[in-house]
Amino acid sequence: MTAVTDRQKLQYIAAKAADSRVNVELETEGMILNMGPQHPATHGTLRIVAKLDGEQVVAAEPIAGYMHRGYEKLTEVRTYPQITALVNRIDWLGSFANEVPFILASEQLMGIEAPPRAQWIRTLLFEMSRVANLILFLGDMGVQLGAVTPAFFAFRDREFVLDQIEAVTGGRFHPNFDRIGGLKDDLPKGWLAETKNVMNKVRSFCDQIEGLLMNAEVFATRTRGIGVIPADVAMQYGLSGANARASGIDWDLRRDAPFGFVYPELDWKVWTHPDGDSFARFWVRLQEVRESTKMIDQICDGVPGGPIMAKVPRIIKVPAGEAYVTTENPLGEMGFYIVSKGELAPFRVKIRSASFNNVSITPWLLRGVYVPDIITILASLYFILGDIDR
Amino acid sequence: MSEQSDNAEEKLDAAATAAEPETVAEPVVAEPVVAEPVVAEPEGPKDEAREELLRRFIEALGDGVLDSHIEVDKDLWIRVSADAWFDAGEFARNQLQARYFGFLSAIDWMPSPFGRSMDSEVDRLLEASADEVENSAAEGSAVAGLEHGFAGGDTRFQVFARVAHVGDQGKNFGLTLKVDVPDDTLALSTWTKIYAGSDWHERETHEMFGIDFTGHPALRNMYLPTGFEGHPLRKDFPLLARQVKPWPGIVDVEQMPSNEPEESSPEESSPEESSPEESSTEESSTEESSTEQSSTEGADT
Repeated sequence: MTAVTDRQKLQYIAAKAADSRVNVELETEGMILNMGPQHPATHGTLRIVAKLDGEQVVAAEPIAGYMHRGYEKLTEVRTYPQITALVNRIDWLGSFANEVPFILASEQLMGIEAPPRAQWIRTLLFEMSRVANLILFLGDMGVQLGAVTPAFFAFRDREFVLDQIEAVTGGRFHPNFDRIGGLKDDLPKGWLAETKNVMNKVRSFCDQIEGLLMNAEVFATRTRGIGVIPADVAMQYGLSGANARASGIDWDLRRDAPFGFVYPELDWKVWTHPDGDSFARFWVRLQEVRESTKMIDQICDGVPGGPIMAKVPRIIKVPAGEAYVTTENPLGEMGFYIVSKGELAPFRVKIRSASFNNVSITPWLLRGVYVPDIITILASLYFILGDIDR
Repeated sequence: MSEQSDNAEEKLDAAATAAEPETVAEPVVAEPVVAEPVVAEPEGPKDEAREELLRRFIEALGDGVLDSHIEVDKDLWIRVSADAWFDAGEFARNQLQARYFGFLSAIDWMPSPFGRSMDSEVDRLLEASADEVENSAAEGSAVAGLEHGFAGGDTRFQVFARVAHVGDQGKNFGLTLKVDVPDDTLALSTWTKIYAGSDWHERETHEMFGIDFTGHPALRNMYLPTGFEGHPLRKDFPLLARQVKPWPGIVDVEQMPSNEPEESSPEESSPEESSPEESSTEESSTEESSTEQSSTEGADT
């Protein structure tokens, strides 16, 4: 008897709920949701103004510029060797990688090439900054989904990598180590062996993340099929790096344009994923860290002897001309377009940073997604604010 | 890895080296004719892949292509007229399959009216001894004396964009398109209908250079406050920090605060500075790095 009444009651409630759902849907009115500029999901100070219809985003507008430092103007009143200190601060999590494209562009204009040992060590540090950068992404992605533990693992293991970078360059975050024609210093003694140890730690971190986070059911449901970017749209917006490879674009500047690096001599693989969703972007970056550790091991074994500096005039004047050099940075394609008039300072430097293009897709990408997915999508696009605003 | 690395540039390399024997062989066959070989090899190595791109561009746009420049095995620049700007983008994307949008920005070719006034006295002395050519250029810094870069130019502002064909191993290429922005209107047609990603880049160019893109959905500022006056990346926009405080300079002559930097610098430092300048051919990385160190410290102030 009681069971029947309970069922009736439940039916009544269900009918009511269905009614109210209909009513709610009919009555929704637009709402403006402001995220940031201090929102933790934005890795800094990106502000997102989203127009909502219920839980769904109708239109989203990212507002950058809270961290604009005007590097393109500042480069015009600095000499070439001074500029590396500036460009260091664009993507602060992988700072050494920022210096390299600028140095390579300057070297191309001057017609000099770094000696082999410098190229090997350059590649080594370039990959180390990628590892240091992407480890943080792997941990941070968990935080955005409510899993805090991976972030602690990430910060712990990144420190080993940063220690190694610091041992060579003297700076954890801003090495300012690359020079036109080579490198500032040679490697310290015993460093290579320790680096290989650290790479073992990074590999076990990757395994941990895979088991702890990527294979978790919650992770899959929150990321699979969310924020899908087709390859053609990705190209139109100039998405690069892991974001492009996660959309199935088989393009990696380390393989396709390895000037000034030693990538052709290493055994590694470019990973792509056909799905283009948040999960794919995470997966590709995870594989990329593993490939980088493999590369670093090989470089540690193969780095040749010799000088680390080419013959460079004491006062660096870059001959008149223009050059555009891009490299595969942790965040994607980073390029420096240098216009020189043969002076001590460049005439114009255009900094093509990866995050600027990667984030410019968000108005398109966030249209129609649900509010909680904004956070995972932004996290999976992975940008650094300094890299957007420059 | 080395087997896989048949990238575009290497292929172009191979194309260039393959082209060379032909041009060398030609004079041997046609030896009695003096005029032909001279015409045949004016620029040494050739870059066939990029020349082919250029040829297709000229075919499609006709008079729209004003000038071009090829750095062999490195890069290609094509300058088009303002009227052909939209067509050039469309052609690059749809016909050449350069579907990847790199960036879009502008250059202000006017020499800075502030010259090197931002630098300290020491720097200017060094500059004078190191380069006389520059001084003469700075004197004639009228707008008429614009010196353009690769592929030339006629106007003060040039917009340039980078597009590329990617994801196609071995056939990847990139090219830089330049366009003269008419001085009177400072307007171009937008590329947002061709490359959606040019949206933000055009907004940035608009606020930094004051160039209009007709047809752009909303040319709001990216970085600056809405009411900001002026266009910071123009050469006549002063960098205030450098106007009020001289840059410590490229030379390691920063004095201690107690040493009255104002009075002592010009006379004393000129003989000091001329001596390392003379021996500039003999260089060492340690000297270089010490200079670097001091300048880095200056950057943080």
